[in-house]
Amino acid sequence: MREWVRQTVEQFGRDRHQLLEILGHLQRGRSYLEKETLLAVAEELDLPAAEVYGTATFYSLYSTVPRGKHIIRVCENAPCHIDGAAAVLAAVQAYLGLQVNETTEDGRFTLETTSCLGICSAAPALMIDDDVHGNLTPESAVGILKNLA
Amino acid sequence: MSMHRSHILICSGSNCSHRQSRAVRSRLRQAITETGLEREFKVIETGCFGLCQQGPIMVIYPEGVHYCRVQADDIDEIVQTHLQKGRVVTRLLFKSGTEQSVELPKTAFYQKQKRVVLRNVGLIDPENIEESLARDGYQGLAKVLDTLSPEAVIAEVTNSGLQGRGGAGFPAGRKWEFTRKAPGDQKYVVCNADEGEPGTSKDRLILEGDPHTIIEGMAIAGYAVGATKGFIYIRGEYQLSLQRFRQAVAQAKEYGLLGQDILGSGFHFDIEVRSGAGAYVCGEETALLNSLEGKRGEPRYKPPFPANFGLWGKPTLINNVETLANIGPILIHGADWYRSIGSPECPGTKVFTLSGNIANRGLIEVPMGITLREIVEDIGGGIPNGRHFKMAQTGGTSGGCLAVQHLDLPVDIPHLAEVGSSLGSGALLVVDDSHCMVDLARVFLKFFAHESCGQCTPCREGTTLLKRLVDKIASGSGTAADIKAMRRLSTTMQMTSLCGLGQTVPTPVLTMLAYFNDEFMEHLDGGACATGVCRAAVKGVV
Repeated sequence: MREWVRQTVEQFGRDRHQLLEILGHLQRGRSYLEKETLLAVAEELDLPAAEVYGTATFYSLYSTVPRGKHIIRVCENAPCHIDGAAAVLAAVQAYLGLQVNETTEDGRFTLETTSCLGICSAAPALMIDDDVHGNLTPESAVGILKNLA
Repeated sequence: MSMHRSHILICSGSNCSHRQSRAVRSRLRQAITETGLEREFKVIETGCFGLCQQGPIMVIYPEGVHYCRVQADDIDEIVQTHLQKGRVVTRLLFKSGTEQSVELPKTAFYQKQKRVVLRNVGLIDPENIEESLARDGYQGLAKVLDTLSPEAVIAEVTNSGLQGRGGAGFPAGRKWEFTRKAPGDQKYVVCNADEGEPGTSKDRLILEGDPHTIIEGMAIAGYAVGATKGFIYIRGEYQLSLQRFRQAVAQAKEYGLLGQDILGSGFHFDIEVRSGAGAYVCGEETALLNSLEGKRGEPRYKPPFPANFGLWGKPTLINNVETLANIGPILIHGADWYRSIGSPECPGTKVFTLSGNIANRGLIEVPMGITLREIVEDIGGGIPNGRHFKMAQTGGTSGGCLAVQHLDLPVDIPHLAEVGSSLGSGALLVVDDSHCMVDLARVFLKFFAHESCGQCTPCREGTTLLKRLVDKIASGSGTAADIKAMRRLSTTMQMTSLCGLGQTVPTPVLTMLAYFNDEFMEHLDGGACATGVCRAAVKGVV
């Protein structure tokens, strides 16, 4: 792990201003940033651990706690809200048996809400991992989840 | 170079992609190969055509026939009927209400638009720099480097009357001048592409559809203010924008339009692409600078302004994507031409994303000063499902909520300011009479309470308190004192919040209380929500 962090830091440059890029790279393909990873980054960049942790927890695309294999982000901003986002969220919650920011016991799904995904012409929308789905109904949203591996 | 009888343009923007446009595109290529037509027909993947509601959209030239809502299953029919027999597939043509049209530019949706920023979006292949060059790409930069001094460039931008298109509306030329005059050897140009305002996707669609116009705008800005290095900070959720922009930068370097000694002028300029990581507040310029430095995206105290103390304390020019997309055309055609568009006090065009209860949702560009009614009824096609217009929110969630009496208001920066709203980021959310304003206020304030960065007390506490108050009103247990408290809290936040986030949270609150006051009053002291929305929603939450 240490070697992997060192290589990543060297790839982006041993600079504070690369911290977001480094954290993004280290989290790619994983569900979160482990404590050991953050500590190693702090040491490599010669920063206080609190600075690295504080930065990682500020941004919603990083996580410092384990999340599921699939991350489901339901938009609940105004353009989606007026097109029935609340019903979509309720259906997803009922199907997964989760509240927002919880993960299923089998580690397959984490449910989050998100701010605007920018496809308001197809509201209501949600994002699963990197894929955005629009024009949802409660039934179609659950249908998409059922088809996930 | 091979010539093709016909070009088939198909949208590869994000708003069509989620409607399976990827499958449509690959099926189209496959069908053309299968029928041996690849020498006659060229398929080009473009940016957004604007009518996202009816996507995926395909246009066949030279005849200019537009097909809407094209699915992979429709491709065989298009190939056999249109490409092979030359007959239009009528069932896939644009339809909105009673209107049907073969060519999209002849529809009401396009007739009142004026395309400056979006001039190439939906016309060129954004992944091919040659297509940008064949339109007007980099002509402004070439003219500047060849014939104009930095001072003359700034004078042209100042005279054009261009105001920032990111939300604050500050005169662009003055910002450039401050940065030019600020002492310092190292200066920076930063493009703010951290588009997070709910209801807005214009910057993404510009970046996806015509990335070179932003590179050109940044390079001209660099020359004008004396910077050799630029950064673009693109929202982390916008993967396609990031990918296209990185590719465009690499192509521009290859063609000598970025890097050392651009076009033999002795001017050097480079651009680094950075990704955001999910924080609405980073759209605020000083928060964005902190984020670029690898820190928490917390806003800084102003003054000093970025023009004097920006990235790593150096003089920095920060402009929004749409502002920079105007720069090339202004330098090519001149300030007088730009002033001939729009209203005298607010020249130029504005790009809007239309969302909500409106027939034609999508991306539009209109001259400043067009009325709200023209946007909603003519371009937007009115309110669907037999409903009536109730509210239009300009500028995203931090913008003002306007009512039916504002429909004939000219839409530009000064006129919207007069009624307590703002042009903001160019989101336009239209809401019909089935919705309750108290319920919408809850949605707005939940968003702000979540996105407040927590650094300053008025915003951190104010957003949460406002949310509690409006929740209480929605539940039916609010009193007149709660409305008074909302007004007082809003005024305090406007006056004392550190950055634009906290200062603009009150904009939707105060405009709602001004223009939809009766509706809030109805909810007080156990009163009912006339639309029935609140009772259901509150029960669901509590």
